[in-house]
Amino acid sequence: METIDIVGILMRGVTVTVSLLAAAGVLTFIVAFIAGLSRVSRFKTVRLLTTVYVEFFRGTSLLVQLFWIFFVLPQLFDIRLEPFLAGVVTLGLNYGAYASEIVRSAILAVPEGQTEAAIALNMSRFQRMRRIILPQALRTMLPGFGNISIELLKGTSLVSLITLQDMMYLAQNLRASDYSLSLKVFAVLLVMYFVLALPLIILSRYLERRASRGVAST
Amino acid sequence: MTTQPIVQFKNVKKSFGDLEVLKGFDLDIKPGEKVSIIGPSGSGKTTIIRMLMTLEKPTEGDILVNGENLWHMKTSGKQVDANEKHLSKIRGNIGMVFQHFNLFPHMTILRNCTEAPIQVLGLGKKEAEQRAIEMLQKVGLADKINNYPFQLSGGQKQRVAIARALVMQPKVMLFDEVTSALDPELVGEVLQVIKDLAEHSDMSMILITHEMDFAREISDRVVFFADGYLVEQGPPEELFLQPKSDRLKNFLQRFSRV
Repeated sequence: METIDIVGILMRGVTVTVSLLAAAGVLTFIVAFIAGLSRVSRFKTVRLLTTVYVEFFRGTSLLVQLFWIFFVLPQLFDIRLEPFLAGVVTLGLNYGAYASEIVRSAILAVPEGQTEAAIALNMSRFQRMRRIILPQALRTMLPGFGNISIELLKGTSLVSLITLQDMMYLAQNLRASDYSLSLKVFAVLLVMYFVLALPLIILSRYLERRASRGVAST
Repeated sequence: MTTQPIVQFKNVKKSFGDLEVLKGFDLDIKPGEKVSIIGPSGSGKTTIIRMLMTLEKPTEGDILVNGENLWHMKTSGKQVDANEKHLSKIRGNIGMVFQHFNLFPHMTILRNCTEAPIQVLGLGKKEAEQRAIEMLQKVGLADKINNYPFQLSGGQKQRVAIARALVMQPKVMLFDEVTSALDPELVGEVLQVIKDLAEHSDMSMILITHEMDFAREISDRVVFFADGYLVEQGPPEELFLQPKSDRLKNFLQRFSRV
């Protein structure tokens, strides 16, 4: 089998990989904002519960989490998720936990004087967060978000283990049909993941450069 | 007839952990009065106005604004800690200018001055901008409205910060060592703006300052704090020329020697 044929076969998995990346990416950032804001909440219970969630998802294996959601949940609670949905949920919760740390630290990195000035202007808690803190924190968050999305792309390869036919799954299939193809198949796979990651890498480099430029002093 | 003070501190104490920075003091500010607070660093001067701005909570005692208790409120006859709504209601009377300006770096000068009027006071954009430009003219920066804070000098930033606070039309304005972070050659322009303000405005002003000549020139009254106590207060001439306490004599001597 020629390399070009291998590329052709693996290409059929690109749609799954990319749509998984997109859907899980959206969920990741939603989770990141909710959890990140909860981590700096003034209510202790909220902070505590979120910390438990974050540390649990950071501290356990992504693969094991995936198996729990796909194989164990149906048995335990009769909750059956489609493989794609199971993949999105697991990836979103897992990477969301990491990304929430980016949100949290970016919020805390905004100087205290900004909050004090906003209080002196009698802004409400919500107005302070929405108008003063978050717009500044966002600049700090963006490069981190770029990194997370690259990580997420690579993480999607695990869903091949819950029957989703992504690039990884198709590669495994090819290899199983002919072991002599191992080198070629996985070389192609590496390149394909890298090509998909490239726009994300360029984007996060750009965001990093932008975040470090100007508008530093008050 | 005596007018009611606009601000009253009643036996106010403040501790940070084990450290008691303010050991109980009383202080009244009359409407329109310009009061300077002087004293050595670490004497709790800044904490006084931070408590009034609701940035620090007093450990003990009461602060009244227009006769209303700032940090306590009455709920069904019982005195309880003020909630955010109560603080917000009273806080609207007070404005503050900070040592480090604290302009919003992601907003233009104009938006720095219109954000709160629009969001907090509910003014229309046009009206807010009109008011903001008027105040920026007052501090001599009307030509900078489309600039960002990082494009301004320290003195200009501080003047914007003054305009930003003025747009909210507070009854009491607090100045927290507003020239301490400035290069020496920029101090003058900021002091001039405050001086004009003191002469032409009926706002009360409380200034924490190390600029003795300035304090003497613009204040109706000067208050000396040291070691957490209000040691001495009076009209500037009296306080600077005939200090009664040794503590103040020492303090002033050290200043004139520099």
